[in-house]
Amino acid sequence: MRRGMLRRASSRRLPATGLGLATLVALLLAVGPVAWSAESSAEESTPRPVVIGSKKFTESVILGETLRLLARDAGHPARHRAELGGTRILWGALLSGEIDIYPEYSGTLVREILSGEDVSSPELLEAALAARGVQSSASLGFENTYAIAVPESLAEQLGLQRISDLREHPDLRFGFSSEFLDRADGWPGLRQRYRLPQTRVQGLDHDLVYRGIDAGHLDVTVVYTTDAEIARYGLRMLDDDLGYFEDYQAILLYRAELAEEAPDALAAFRRLEGAIDAPTMAGMNGAVKLEGDSEQTVAARLLSEGLGLEVTVSGQGFWSQLGQRTLEHLGLVGVSLGAAILFAVPLGVLAAQNARLGHLILGITGMIQTIPSLALFVFLIPWLGIGWLPTVVALFLYGLLPIVRNTHAGLMDIPVPIRESADVLGLTRGARLRLIELPLAANTILAGIKTSAVLNVGTATVAALIGAGGYGQPILTGIRLDDTALIMQGAVPAALLALGLQGLFEFAERWVVPRGLRLKPTDGVRADADPDPKRPRS
Amino acid sequence: MLRFEGIFKDYGGTPALADVDLHVPEAQTTVLIGPSGCGKSTLLRLAAGLIRPDRGQVWFEGAPLDTGNLRPARLRMGYMIQDGGLFPHLSVRDNVTLMARQLDWPRERREQRLAELADLVQLPPAMLGRYPIELSGGQRQRVALMRALMLDPDLLLLDEPLGALDPMIRFELQRELKAIFARLGKTVLMVTHDLAEAVFFGHRIVLLRAGRIVQQAEPRVILDNPAEPFVAQFVAAQREPQRVLLGAGR
Repeated sequence: MRRGMLRRASSRRLPATGLGLATLVALLLAVGPVAWSAESSAEESTPRPVVIGSKKFTESVILGETLRLLARDAGHPARHRAELGGTRILWGALLSGEIDIYPEYSGTLVREILSGEDVSSPELLEAALAARGVQSSASLGFENTYAIAVPESLAEQLGLQRISDLREHPDLRFGFSSEFLDRADGWPGLRQRYRLPQTRVQGLDHDLVYRGIDAGHLDVTVVYTTDAEIARYGLRMLDDDLGYFEDYQAILLYRAELAEEAPDALAAFRRLEGAIDAPTMAGMNGAVKLEGDSEQTVAARLLSEGLGLEVTVSGQGFWSQLGQRTLEHLGLVGVSLGAAILFAVPLGVLAAQNARLGHLILGITGMIQTIPSLALFVFLIPWLGIGWLPTVVALFLYGLLPIVRNTHAGLMDIPVPIRESADVLGLTRGARLRLIELPLAANTILAGIKTSAVLNVGTATVAALIGAGGYGQPILTGIRLDDTALIMQGAVPAALLALGLQGLFEFAERWVVPRGLRLKPTDGVRADADPDPKRPRS
Repeated sequence: MLRFEGIFKDYGGTPALADVDLHVPEAQTTVLIGPSGCGKSTLLRLAAGLIRPDRGQVWFEGAPLDTGNLRPARLRMGYMIQDGGLFPHLSVRDNVTLMARQLDWPRERREQRLAELADLVQLPPAMLGRYPIELSGGQRQRVALMRALMLDPDLLLLDEPLGALDPMIRFELQRELKAIFARLGKTVLMVTHDLAEAVFFGHRIVLLRAGRIVQQAEPRVILDNPAEPFVAQFVAAQREPQRVLLGAGR
């Protein structure tokens, strides 16, 4: 008893590095539950809400919002996970049950999702979907296919009417959405069908394509036929004279179980079949993208004008929204960083103790760092679904390298005589690590943690693509709507958060880095200048 | 006390020690000396258990020194190196008492021993709260000696303990250290490359060359009766400064 008390008393003044780091980790991990509960408490209610997904373009978000209002009108709770990236993420989320329904296009379904399968008849298509537990609605009443578009003035000048006409102008600059550039029914097939000679082909975000055209950086692009920008930017859609582009009817894909789980909601959703024609859709897109109406407002208008439903819409205040995003973002960064510290510091220690293992550990964590974040997210979705968890895991993986590398470097930099002095003193290996090596490496380790934190604040903005929310949400929406102010609503707080974290870590240095290491060598001069207190004895 | 028996040690093909037998007598200061690369530091590091012999055996207090009993053996050794090897993140007090804390010494006992040692090496109490970076070179070595003596070890291993100091401070510390060793009656094994220092400290001097012991004897014998031409040469090369120092010391 007495012994234990003494031990506690005696360890009080020993280096606090371990304690400091532990406190830091605990603080970071604590942010998670707080942020998570803030997010989920709003959603929790019985019965289980229907989860609606939408892609990260306006039309999809409007349709998703329409579905949410329909479910709510039918008395069924619903949640809209808006702007979840592209087809792969949504299809994956549907199969794993992360979402129950999302708007899709028949052409995408047949030619991309089910490519390589024989779905040439409606019966075969239905069977292929049924095998995956998925069903499709009938067309919503409009088609949104690809079209090749050029500025009206250029079309006039070069006499462009049909896609075939492009063959005569190999110097034209093409800019396509990255998705179109890659997919089988996109640019590769188009070039082959029309034998197009152009080599200046750029891939960029669909929403940036219009800016590129407007700024004169691009001549030819691909548009969706219901895009509101076609009229706004004065584009001419070229005739698909060889019949390359297929049917892209808007449909709803949903989990077959929805028929039993939420028949009321499903019935409400299916009221959209045949209810929207192409001009209506283009008008709604324009209302959001060009007139600045919210998706919710536009969806509500559709329901009242088209289906005679009166729904009320409620917006979230700026500050409460900012607060929620901040919590979401902090949750993502905090939990992933806390976990990264917990794993990376021991890994760094291991790497420093065993050179071969060190190569392996540094190699693997370095390799993870080279995986593009979006690819990593998509890679994680089959196991972890969408949203919070895969994002935290991805950020955790990205957070490892700087901490592992700095822990390793910090430990390796400790002079051999210091380490040997600790050994000959009789310290055990564990005590040497805890009392000597980690405190001496604390500064370097902390710098690694700081790097991870700042990197993760940035990377976490991408996570809005898989429904993790945070500051990425307004950035994503802002890009989609070409709304700089909205982008700033995400970018500015993210930058401030990064700066804030940086400051926090500089503060943390005070209790993680031992005082003896924070003194400047010039302090020694004072000691040397002291009159030497002892005299030679004789 | 400490005995080396048939020691062989190679560093990547270069023999550092070849068939070395050495007995370090109790309560005396034995000084290892020789040109760079002669193996004197290797011998000291073997005694500290920092390296292991390829062949042969190190005996410490009647038992072979090996991984099984290294820690208890080290608790009975004090170790001091050229620039102190102090832990920069710990204050003087924590540097000196670190091991006593690990061994759960009561606070009063630690503080008492600390005060005793500070007095012994003539370190002002005000320095105890300072960090190594705030100390002068001489003060650092005083603290390093305090740390080495904290657990009252049987054996002191000193690797060029004064090698990095200015000549004047070095001269002063030499005298103090010698007095302390004499007062405490410790067994000391010291490495130096300076013959004057060896002669000044050593009850016995062990002269090494290329991994072998060339001569071991009292200082007077080494100076007056070199066993080999090499010893005479080594002595001659250092004689002048040594004479000056000895003269000034007396």
